[in-house]
Amino acid sequence: MGFLDIKRATKSYGAVKVLHETDISIEEGEFLVLVGPSGCGKSTLLNMIAGLEEVSSGDIAIRGRSMNGVKPAERNIAMVFQSYALYPNMTVRGNIAFGMEMHGIPKPERERKIGEVAQLLQIEPLLDRKPGQLSGGQRQRVAMGRALTRDPDVFLFDEPLSNLDAKLRVDMRTEIKKLHQKLGTTIVYVTHDQIEALTLSTRIAVMYGGHVQQLGTPKEIYDNPANMFVAGFMGSPSMNLFPAKVTGHEGRPAAEIRLGDGSLARLPFAQGFEGQEGREIMLGIRPEAITDRDGADRNARALQVIDARVEVTEPAGSDIFVVSQMGGRDVTGRFRADVPVRAGEHFPFAINMDKAVAFDPKTEMRIS
Amino acid sequence: MATAPTSEAILAGTGAPARSGGRSRLAAHLPRFVLYAVLTLFCLYYLLPLYVMLSNSLKPLSEITAGGMMALPGEWTTAPWSAAWSSAQVGVEATGLRPYFVNSILMVVPAVALSTIAGALNGYVLTKWRFRGATLVFGLLLFGCFIPFQMVLIPMARMLGLMGLAGSVPGLVFVHFVYGIGFSTLYFRNYYAAFPTELVRAAQIDGAGFFRIFWRILLPSSGPIAVVCIIWQFTNIWNDFLFGASFSDFDSQPMTVALNNLVQSSTGVKEYNVHFAGAIMAALPTLFVYAVAGRFFVRGLMAGSVKG
Amino acid sequence: MSISETARRPGAADRLRDALPKLVLSPTVAIVAVFVYGFIAFTFYLSFTDSRILPSFGWVGWQNYENLFRIRAWDTAVANLAIFGLLYIAICCALGLMLAILLDQKIRAEGAIRTIYLYPMALSFIVTGVAWKWFLDPGIGLEAVMRGWGWESFSFGWIKDSDMAIYTIVIAAVWQTSGFVMAMFLAGLRGIDSEMLRAARIDGATNFALYRRIVIPQLRPAFMSAFVVLAHMAIKSYDLVIALTGGGPGTATELPATFMYSYTFTRNQMGIGAASAVIMLMTIAAIIVPYLWSELREKS
Repeated sequence: MGFLDIKRATKSYGAVKVLHETDISIEEGEFLVLVGPSGCGKSTLLNMIAGLEEVSSGDIAIRGRSMNGVKPAERNIAMVFQSYALYPNMTVRGNIAFGMEMHGIPKPERERKIGEVAQLLQIEPLLDRKPGQLSGGQRQRVAMGRALTRDPDVFLFDEPLSNLDAKLRVDMRTEIKKLHQKLGTTIVYVTHDQIEALTLSTRIAVMYGGHVQQLGTPKEIYDNPANMFVAGFMGSPSMNLFPAKVTGHEGRPAAEIRLGDGSLARLPFAQGFEGQEGREIMLGIRPEAITDRDGADRNARALQVIDARVEVTEPAGSDIFVVSQMGGRDVTGRFRADVPVRAGEHFPFAINMDKAVAFDPKTEMRIS
Repeated sequence: MATAPTSEAILAGTGAPARSGGRSRLAAHLPRFVLYAVLTLFCLYYLLPLYVMLSNSLKPLSEITAGGMMALPGEWTTAPWSAAWSSAQVGVEATGLRPYFVNSILMVVPAVALSTIAGALNGYVLTKWRFRGATLVFGLLLFGCFIPFQMVLIPMARMLGLMGLAGSVPGLVFVHFVYGIGFSTLYFRNYYAAFPTELVRAAQIDGAGFFRIFWRILLPSSGPIAVVCIIWQFTNIWNDFLFGASFSDFDSQPMTVALNNLVQSSTGVKEYNVHFAGAIMAALPTLFVYAVAGRFFVRGLMAGSVKG
Repeated sequence: MSISETARRPGAADRLRDALPKLVLSPTVAIVAVFVYGFIAFTFYLSFTDSRILPSFGWVGWQNYENLFRIRAWDTAVANLAIFGLLYIAICCALGLMLAILLDQKIRAEGAIRTIYLYPMALSFIVTGVAWKWFLDPGIGLEAVMRGWGWESFSFGWIKDSDMAIYTIVIAAVWQTSGFVMAMFLAGLRGIDSEMLRAARIDGATNFALYRRIVIPQLRPAFMSAFVVLAHMAIKSYDLVIALTGGGPGTATELPATFMYSYTFTRNQMGIGAASAVIMLMTIAAIIVPYLWSELREKS
């Protein structure tokens, strides 16, 4: 039993099931990110943990205590909202104090805590301003400050960075991570941004269509996606997925793919697929596993170099993204910036098959 | 309305080359002064009755009956005003309109206050504590605003009798409160629907209860809609005639009913100047509100027509 | 406040807290159930009874309705409502739209003009009625003034003319409400996406075409709202008639609303009065219910 246990929890509105049976268990101090496209059920699940939405069936427990029927205020949680939800009529001080006031904490104690939190988040000069006078980043800090005064068992974040501009978002992301490392509080964090998920979390639950598609550490999710949805959703640029057929190559099982010029190429697998010749699969290879020859990982066991025609090049400063046709799809590789690659010409692509994954095209599930 | 993109800015031209030879360019074919002349003409049309009331309330009766209704007073006098206020024959007694003006005040203030408070609480429940059938309840409430009140006159007369409120100012307060709830709820519901629900959720997590959230979080931000609602209710209730005529006695009549009695009384000479002075008195409170808070008045009118 | 304090206690207090929102709403629901829907049912029932000066519960079936349609004054009232309603709605919309478009031409004193157009809406219909009653009175009003200015043959006695008096009601009602319709259309004009207008201008649309083809069709919601508001005001019109003509000359300007009042309270024909009220309600419901239905459905 973990610190936060979600056991077969579901949520329905009438006949519509927005969250199917969900099991997640995390330990104290973990940083769980619920990630997925909008409408996947992640915010609903967060609201259920907060007690803002009731559980239709199943159970959510914190510290082993079932939360069914327990009011939000009595769950010992704190929440940071997407819009920050700062009370517009109160000063920053009033906003931070409100929750403590509601819980009957005496004034001197409140003041002490406000001082602590303000110092931690460096918002002391803002304490007597109204939320309307603050910038986005400052509001974000105040919202976190309000949550921090609660000493909660679990911190809940509902897309807290989505209203910030790109630069500030990166800064605040770092701050949240620092805060987690300093305080060690358990966090459940909802986002649709897979980079936030990968950078912040100790564990990720990828959600889609009301189902948890995969629950795992960032590395597990990134390297071993359980299905094609997770493979495509996590990582940027996203994983290349293209059709291939299992054949043999120099006595080892290999994936046969058709290149843009009509020729066939064979990519030997690092492991597996013995005796499965003829099987249709979807091959998944991340862009960084498709490189120029010299940029390839020297420790790779199954490195295959093929000549393929370059369709488009997209220089991105530190790297250059190179697009070619494989299996009838556009496949992106990540080359070093100074490689003399030109569109329309053939060029050697080094494919690291150690990093390749395969999926069943029908079930879209991972073939291990 | 203030933040809506103004089409006038577009029509003023944004640097697009003018197309000459187009069939009819409103701006080009109608010179600006014609436009202004038409608009001014309509200003005169709307102001005419006000001018008639005002100028004729300040002149002796003889000037009106001699065909001088459109002229400014030859001899300025405030006698019609004092007569209308304190000595004119209203119904059977020569009390002037003063006691009825007081009745209207006594009726309007509590009725507006009560229906506004009820509307605020209803709007809060209907938006932030939604339950199954909330929209239906709201729809039924709203329909109640639009029924012809002829439908309720007969049973309401009986009900007021049963409650011991027949023919009294408190009776009118009650009636206006009851039939004012619908619009108050409409205003507050539409306003609170746009109020971020996340704030309510944050307050719930902070441990605030139903009333605390209303009192500390929503109410402090409700100033604008409260003004709109109060102005709407004030105007409507002050201007009501049907309920006043149906449910009041001689000594509890509101201003509108008394004014009508003053004007329609068939005994003696028709003192037009006194009638006009009385009409302005009956109009002054709402005109004052319009002058001071016209913006809110308009917003109230619009909200009353554009529902949902 | 005290309720939320007691809600701190567990058990029964918890349930009270959960029920609190509904508890707060319940007085309103009860009031509306009784004073709107209960009363509607009561009046509806009365319309099938032999009530005269007081409610009475002898069932007479459709007799009141049959009688109602045999009463000449009711025919007059319905015919008047048709004339008044059609003209009132049509003129208000035409005038309102015209003024809104004129005001939308970057007018210098727009705020002041808008204020002047709209102030009649703040007045009581009784005040409006008094002002227009004497202004239209041939003895002292417009006719007398014109003659006084030397136009001896000028004649304008509609308010005393049984055939024309209903049009004076239209004049006064239009004066009171058209500014409001103007404001509704103006708000609609201002709400139109400016990028679309810019695109139309780049497409070469003239101002006239811009209004006719793009702007006015998009005012459909404003037209709908204006129609619903005006129609229900027309059907409920009571005060203005009382103040302006008192229903006269004779019964020339009776409307269903005044008919109902006089049959119920002065002629002691409560059953017939109730029947006329039911017909008014049905007419309004036919307009309002579909409107509310569509407005509230979009929301949820």
